[in-house]
Amino acid sequence: MSRTALLCLAALAAALVYPLLVPNYLVNVGMLMLFTAFLGQSWNLAGGYAGQTSFGHVVFFGVGAYTSTILQVTYGWNPWLAWPIAMLAGGAVGWMIAVLSFRAGLRGSYFALITLAFAEVFRILANSVPFTRGGLGMLIKADQRPENFQFKDPIWIYYLALALCVISLLIAWQIARGRFGARLVAIRENEDAARALGIDVFAEKVKVLTLSGAMCAAGGTFYAQKYLYIDPSIAFGVDKSVEMLLVTMVGGAGTIFGPLIGSVALTVINEATRGLASVVPALKNVQPLSLVVYGVMLVLIVARLPDGLMGLFRRRPRHA
Amino acid sequence: MLEVRDLSKSFGGLKAVDRASLDVRQGEIVGLIGPNGAGKTTLFAAIAGFHVPDSGRVAFEGRDITGLPPHRICAAGMVRTFQITQPFAKISVRQNIMVGAYLHTADRRLAAREAEAVAQTVGMTDQLDQLGADLTVAGRKRLELARALATGPRLLLLDEVMAGLNPTEIVEIVGVIKGIRDAGITILLIEHVMQAVTSLAERVYVLNQGRMIAEGTPAAIADDPQVIEAYLGHGAAKVLRA
Amino acid sequence: MLDPQIIFAGVLNGLLAGGVYVLVAVGLTLIYGVLHIINFAHGSLLMLAMYAVFWLWRLLGVDPYVALPLVIAGAFGFGWLLYRGVIGRFSHGRDENILLITLGLSIVIDNAALLFFGGDTQTIDVPYAGRFVEIGAAFLPLPKIVSFAASLLLCAVLGLYMAKSDTGKAIRAVAKERQGARLVGIDVDNIFAISYGIGIACLGAAACLLMPSYYVTPTSGHAFVLVAFTIVVLGGMGSFVGAAVGGFIIGITEALGGLFLGEQLGQIGISLIFILILLLKPTGLFGSRA
Repeated sequence: MSRTALLCLAALAAALVYPLLVPNYLVNVGMLMLFTAFLGQSWNLAGGYAGQTSFGHVVFFGVGAYTSTILQVTYGWNPWLAWPIAMLAGGAVGWMIAVLSFRAGLRGSYFALITLAFAEVFRILANSVPFTRGGLGMLIKADQRPENFQFKDPIWIYYLALALCVISLLIAWQIARGRFGARLVAIRENEDAARALGIDVFAEKVKVLTLSGAMCAAGGTFYAQKYLYIDPSIAFGVDKSVEMLLVTMVGGAGTIFGPLIGSVALTVINEATRGLASVVPALKNVQPLSLVVYGVMLVLIVARLPDGLMGLFRRRPRHA
Repeated sequence: MLEVRDLSKSFGGLKAVDRASLDVRQGEIVGLIGPNGAGKTTLFAAIAGFHVPDSGRVAFEGRDITGLPPHRICAAGMVRTFQITQPFAKISVRQNIMVGAYLHTADRRLAAREAEAVAQTVGMTDQLDQLGADLTVAGRKRLELARALATGPRLLLLDEVMAGLNPTEIVEIVGVIKGIRDAGITILLIEHVMQAVTSLAERVYVLNQGRMIAEGTPAAIADDPQVIEAYLGHGAAKVLRA
Repeated sequence: MLDPQIIFAGVLNGLLAGGVYVLVAVGLTLIYGVLHIINFAHGSLLMLAMYAVFWLWRLLGVDPYVALPLVIAGAFGFGWLLYRGVIGRFSHGRDENILLITLGLSIVIDNAALLFFGGDTQTIDVPYAGRFVEIGAAFLPLPKIVSFAASLLLCAVLGLYMAKSDTGKAIRAVAKERQGARLVGIDVDNIFAISYGIGIACLGAAACLLMPSYYVTPTSGHAFVLVAFTIVVLGGMGSFVGAAVGGFIIGITEALGGLFLGEQLGQIGISLIFILILLLKPTGLFGSRA
């Protein structure tokens, strides 16, 4: 078995026993780390592999969260059944945004900005439309049984997040080694050359954004079921978009493990600043400090280490 | 195999290609030459679907392909290379070529084998693991050629594949191109390097300021006064003859 | 149907707000036109400038209008340093790279503000804030009128500077043809830094003009960035006339949107305009680059 495969198995084993050995607080931290890696991977497919940088990916997250929550709370659906519908909704929105944007020939920064605008439109709508309960947000009634996609013991949520993360890694792996991935990379590297070689650039971009949207929406439902509350700023606020982008860029865009590594790095930073705040009372509000560090990291990564942390592991083939 | 009739393309007020026509028969190597700015690359781009012609038509193997998008034309069997090389920088040469091979197969292993075979044809076997970004000019030119070949075309449009190569490299590439033709692929090439045109092309078209001004064997057009004037300026033919 | 008087008042208010938006947009479009940078940090920097105005008033009792020259100079210096230290160093490669870098910058600025200033909204209480001017049925707040006039004046000054001064001409030369400008001996890097500085100076001015009528909070950056981008894209990237026209259109849209759709939903007008322009005419009304 190859070295990478062995490492993966070892990591998986460690991840499986982790929650059994640590206190609940750390189980939660681990769960969030894996969940963020999952979300990041959804961004990675479109932004990393295909090179379509999106600033508004949260729109899919929010669509997923609201779809499953509305189906559950307003129409009495079982959340497990609502989950695939949420993914469909996310995929549909991904398809729509892709078709509109790429038909209009938007690329690069313009595409990034329009995704931001789409997310903002959804946020405003969610804030104003009655069936989302507007700014009040939506509460899911706590009924902690597995049939309701709610778990009393955080360990099960952790395992679910782990499953999602592993699935996302497998998806990325399958795509990366196959024709679809090769085409996405070609599109990222040089669209015109890709076109000249027979790639239907428009179709491939739409495909990846649809897939990415569906994946991200799955994360939205998961999040809603974990916290039992969503509102427009949680579901469609810029913060999640930035987070997905960040973990991928820091870890290594366009790599299988990039989002996971990025998520680990960001989690470590977050916990470190939390520890710092407990020692330095002036830093009472820790969230912003972590984000300041993230912002600095983004600048440094883009400027100095564009391949992210994975770039440190890669061995560049020597040229003759 | 390829019929271009009265193709015109303007940008803003400038007529880049003005009612150009050409034919390429199966199995030929046809050259397209002309001074800088004559519109050769624009003509290629219009034939291959990167520009929609303002007027005129392009037919490939009897089928009207005018205005079809590039990826459909490539799927139909005609592929072009770029004058300014466009390697996929961050992936290896093998992966670059595989992108072309994926046109006809979804299987990774098959595509990889295709890529290796094509690399051998163009003489890039040693460079398969190098990144696209790390190649020299000659390497990039070969890569353009290899990628295009991997799509399995019946007609290959080569845009100045010799530009930037030293004499040794040119001789090598000429050999490679001859081999490609012998394997059954028809070739239309834009070239400035006359040595390559004369040793490869059976027929040559000459484009000047968007208009086709001559057609014939390399020897014939070398004597054509219109061609001489296009390259050397007005009245040059008379001067040379005197 | 709404009373036409109310609509009239709304349009006027929107026009007044638009006047200051023009200043914000001019800075952004200048930065794009000269450096070809999409300055995603524009909103955050405006928020920072507004805090500067606030603290000047709170700690030193300086009236925001009086603070104009100081804030403009300070903002210019800050922008110049920011370019030299961060942006200029890293602005190579794909244009998304610089967008990501300015995104990173905005994240740092937004959260540093949250960290140091807290999350509360801050407002300035000036004695003339409550004064109104009557135009027809519309009651227009005096500060907004003063700000509107000041903004137009500053834009005119900037326009004159760009047209007549040596630096202004150099800036326009670099915007038009970078290599050519270099070849005639213009220190292009310096021009870049100066242009970025001027862009931020515009934000400093806008901050002084906004604070008497608005509030500031660390999340203000988000709201402003989309408005600024919409104006610039609507008007055409790199076009001053576009920024001016766009600023007024967006100001009025915002006001009317609020009138007809309510405070919350009204904001959607701007995002929708942004999307529509990008889909239908990305070069905007006056832009030239594809």
